[in-house]
Amino acid sequence: MISNQVKLTIRIKSFLDGVFNTLVDTFIKIVDILFAPIQRLLGRSNIAYFFVLPNLLIFGIFILTPMLMNFGYAFTGGTEFQLLERSWVGFSNFGKLLSCENYLNPNTCQEDLFWRAVHNTAFYVISQVSLMIIISLITALVLNREIKARGFFRSVYFYPVLLSPIVVALIWKWILQENGLLNGILVNLGFDKMPFLVDASWARFWVVIISIWAYMGFYTLILLAGLQSIPTALYEAAEIDGANRFQSFFRITLPLLMPTMTVVLVLSLIRAVQIFDLVFAFNRGGPGTATLFLVQYIYNNGFASSVKHFGLAASASLCMALVLIVLTLLQMSLQGEEV
Amino acid sequence: MEKIKNFLFRTKGRGKLHITDIFTYLYLGFGVLIMFGPVLWLVLSSFKTPGEIARFPPRILPYRQEKVEIQGYDEPLPLYDVALEDGSTRRLAQVRRVGLECQFVDPENSDEIIKANIKDREPVESVSFNLKNYREGVKSFNFGRYLRNSVIVTVLATILTLIVNSMAAFGLSKYKYPGRNAIFLVMISTLMVPISVVMVPIYLVITKVGWNNTLTALIVPGAATPTGVFLLRQYMLTIPDELIDAARIDGASEWRIYAQIIMPLARPALAVLTIFSVMWRWNDFLWPLIVLTESEYFTLQVGLNSFQGQLNIQWHLILAMTVLTLLPITFVFAFLQKNITTGIATTGMK
Repeated sequence: MISNQVKLTIRIKSFLDGVFNTLVDTFIKIVDILFAPIQRLLGRSNIAYFFVLPNLLIFGIFILTPMLMNFGYAFTGGTEFQLLERSWVGFSNFGKLLSCENYLNPNTCQEDLFWRAVHNTAFYVISQVSLMIIISLITALVLNREIKARGFFRSVYFYPVLLSPIVVALIWKWILQENGLLNGILVNLGFDKMPFLVDASWARFWVVIISIWAYMGFYTLILLAGLQSIPTALYEAAEIDGANRFQSFFRITLPLLMPTMTVVLVLSLIRAVQIFDLVFAFNRGGPGTATLFLVQYIYNNGFASSVKHFGLAASASLCMALVLIVLTLLQMSLQGEEV
Repeated sequence: MEKIKNFLFRTKGRGKLHITDIFTYLYLGFGVLIMFGPVLWLVLSSFKTPGEIARFPPRILPYRQEKVEIQGYDEPLPLYDVALEDGSTRRLAQVRRVGLECQFVDPENSDEIIKANIKDREPVESVSFNLKNYREGVKSFNFGRYLRNSVIVTVLATILTLIVNSMAAFGLSKYKYPGRNAIFLVMISTLMVPISVVMVPIYLVITKVGWNNTLTALIVPGAATPTGVFLLRQYMLTIPDELIDAARIDGASEWRIYAQIIMPLARPALAVLTIFSVMWRWNDFLWPLIVLTESEYFTLQVGLNSFQGQLNIQWHLILAMTVLTLLPITFVFAFLQKNITTGIATTGMK
C-alpha cells in the first residue's frame, strides 16, 4: 500500500521531471532555430568548427596564450607586470637561476632559494613516490584478496582523496601541534613531546606522510583495477602446475601489473613535482625554508613577495615544465608500448 | 553458538580461516583507524569548548562541566566534587575563587558558604556535543557568503564544463575536416601542464579581461579542460555512426543530433566528468588564491585558509568550520562512492 505522502512525493517528482524536460526541450528547439542558418552557411561537415569553437576559445585564451606568454616573461626582466613594458634580457634569468658553484649546496648559489626548493622537491618526490607506491601496492594486494566488505574498505582508503588540501592540512596541523593528539599519546606512553611542526626534519617527514595519506587511495584504486584485470585462469593453471604463492606473485602478478605500475609511477611523479597547496596550507613552506617547494617558489616570486620577480618566476616554471614534459613523454611512450 | 561461530569465521570460497586472513583483516582494521581516525578526531574536537581544546593531554570525547542554577546568583554555577576536611565528598557549586581557596555552596541549601582548597575539588563533567563553536564560527567566519560562492562556482562551472567539453568532443569525434587532428593534438599536449606552470601570464590575461575579484574568473578558464574533452571524445568514438546517419535521413539538424542523440548516449562519461568537475572546483585552491583578494568573493577553501592565517589561531572555530567545509563532499561521496571509485578506476584520472 502506498501512503498519500509517498504518492504526493512521486507526483511532485514527476512534475519537476516534466518541468525540467520541457525546459531542456525548449532550449534545444530555440538553439535549433538559431542553428539552422549557421548550418546552411557552413555546410554539414564544416559545422564541426561550430561545436569545437567555444572550447577552443576558452582553451586558446586561458591556457594556450598564457603558456606562450610565459616565454615572454622568462626572457624579460624588471618588475613591470605588463609584458610589453618589460625589457628583453635574454637568458639572464636562467643564468641567475642556474649559476651555482656547487649544485649540492644551495648556499653557494646566486638564487639560493630556488636551489633549496629544488633540493626539497627532489627529496620529497623521491621519498613520497617510492613510499606511496609500496604502500598502495600492498593495500591493493590486500583488497584484492577474497575479503568481506571490499567496497567499504576500498572507500575507506579512497575517502581522503576527496578532501580539499586545506582541510587535509588543518586536520593534520591539529593532530601534530604542540598540544595535539599525537603529543598527547606520546606523553601518556611516557615519552617527551616532539616538535613536529617546528623542527625542520620533522616537518619534512610529516609533509611526506600527510601527502601519502591524502593521495594513496587514488593509486590504490588504479592498482586494484589492474590486479582485477588479471585473468584468474592464470593462477589456476599455475596452481595445477604446482606453483606456490610466491612463485605466482613474482611470475604472474608482478609482470602483468607492470603496465599499471608504470602509469601509477609516472602519474604520481608528475603530481609530486607539483606539490603546493597542501604544504602551503600546512605550514607555508616552513619552518624557515624546510618545506619550500618549486611551485611555492614560483608563487612567492610572482605573487606573495612585495617585489615581484615575474621573470624569475616564469623561468623557474619553464624549468619545471621541462621536467613535467619529460615525464609526460615517458608516460606516453610507456603506454604506447602497451597498446 | 555454533551459528555465531560460523558467521564470524565464515570465509568466501575457501573453507577455513587462514592465518593470512587474520593479517588481512588486521591490516584493513589498522587502515580504517589511520584513514578515518584523523577525520573523526577533527569532528570530535570541533564540539569541544575552548577550555577543552587547550587541555593537555587531550581527551577523546568532548566534555562540558555541569552547571547548576541557584537562587540568588545571576549566572549558573559550575559543579565540583569537593573533598571536605572530614573526609567526605560532596557535590557543590563554586561561587568564587580567592587565590588558592574556593568558596562553594550546596545546591540544595544555598545559604551556607563552604570553603575548600583548590586542590580538593574535581569538576563534574558530562559528555556533551555543544554547537557553540559552529554558531560562533558561522558568524565570525562569514560562512554563508563563502558557501554561496563555492556553490555558485561549482555548479555553474560544472554545467559550463559539460556543455563546452561535450560539444568539442562531438566535433572532434564525429566529423572529418582539415585541422581536426591538429586541434586535438594541441589540446592533449597541454593535458599535463598544470596551472602552477603558467601562474604569472594567466593572471595577466585575467587582469586584461578585467576579471580580477570576480567569480567568473573561477568559472570560465577551467571550463575547457583537456581532460574532459579527452574523456568524452574517447567515449563518443564508441557510439556507432549509423545512428547519426539515420537521424540525418530523418531530417534532424546537426545540433539535434548532438543534443538529442549523442548526449543521452554519452551519459556514463558525462556522469564521470560531472563528478570530476565537482571535485576539482569544490577543492580548488591555488587558482582562487591568486585571483581573489577581496574576502567578499572568497570560496570556502580560500576563506578557510585566510581564517587559519590570522595571528592568534582560534582552533575551536577553525575546527568547526573545517568540519562544515568537508561535510558536503563527504555526503556526495557517501551516496555516490561506487560511481566515483569505478569511474576513477576505469579512467585513471582525478
